Amino acid sequence: MTIDWTHFTPWASLFGGLLIGTAAALFVLLNGRIAGISGIVGGLLRPSQGDMAWRIAFIAGMVGAPLAYSLTLPLPPVQVDAQASVLIAAGLLVGIGTRYGSGCTSGHGICGLSRRSPRSMAATLAFMLAGFATVYVARHWLS
Amino acid sequence: MKILTALLAGLLFGVGLIVSGMANPSKVLGFLDLAGNWDPSLAFVMGGALLVGSIVFPFAARRSRSLLGEVMHLPSSTKIDGRLMLGGLTFGVGWGLAGYCPGPALVSLTYGGAKPWLFFVAMLAGMLLFEILERMQTKPRKQTA
Repeated sequence: MTIDWTHFTPWASLFGGLLIGTAAALFVLLNGRIAGISGIVGGLLRPSQGDMAWRIAFIAGMVGAPLAYSLTLPLPPVQVDAQASVLIAAGLLVGIGTRYGSGCTSGHGICGLSRRSPRSMAATLAFMLAGFATVYVARHWLS
Repeated sequence: MKILTALLAGLLFGVGLIVSGMANPSKVLGFLDLAGNWDPSLAFVMGGALLVGSIVFPFAARRSRSLLGEVMHLPSSTKIDGRLMLGGLTFGVGWGLAGYCPGPALVSLTYGGAKPWLFFVAMLAGMLLFEILERMQTKPRKQTA
């Protein structure tokens, strides 16, 4: 293992993490809800009355975040290496996996670990290991 | 009021994802590439989020109502089963393939061109497939009775 010092951004990442944690904390304190993105989006596909508006509002906030950010600072560049077919396969796996697993990086990884939920610890371990293994295979075996 | 706070929480969450670098799939893959040129940044994102979360969540969990008077919706299940683990593993494979998880994909819709849309629509299709499969399972099978 070598450390990629040129891309390593400890302070920005720590600060961003603090913002994410604060958002999740505010959401549970004020709305009594877990800021789990896959659950919030997935819940829209199971419509029930009185349960839609807050989901749409939270999603609108996230989708609008780059616009708000760009009012004060230029947006950092993003790079998507995956081809279209890979993006589609990845999206399907993420969609079905997060719903069967009842959560993703936010719901299990941030909120669940903060609650010290054993279920979320197990799920986080599973998706982290699968993520490491997938990148290992894709970058070091197949190419 | 709860709609406004949901909007603001989503906005702050999204800004946090951009600031932290998680909205950039190549940075996420740089973190997942332990055997290559490893970028540990995402551990710091997690650390920062857990720093705040681990103080606030235990406090919130003791409340029966939120500060706005809403019912607390906290998960109560403690079952670690095949569904949870296989779901987690499946999600992890998808995450490792493209570097997107659901939050960063949402944030990227207005910011990353067409590619995040491909991922996002496929993700919705995957979630819809889950809903259909769930409904097929819970529906009683009258014909076979």
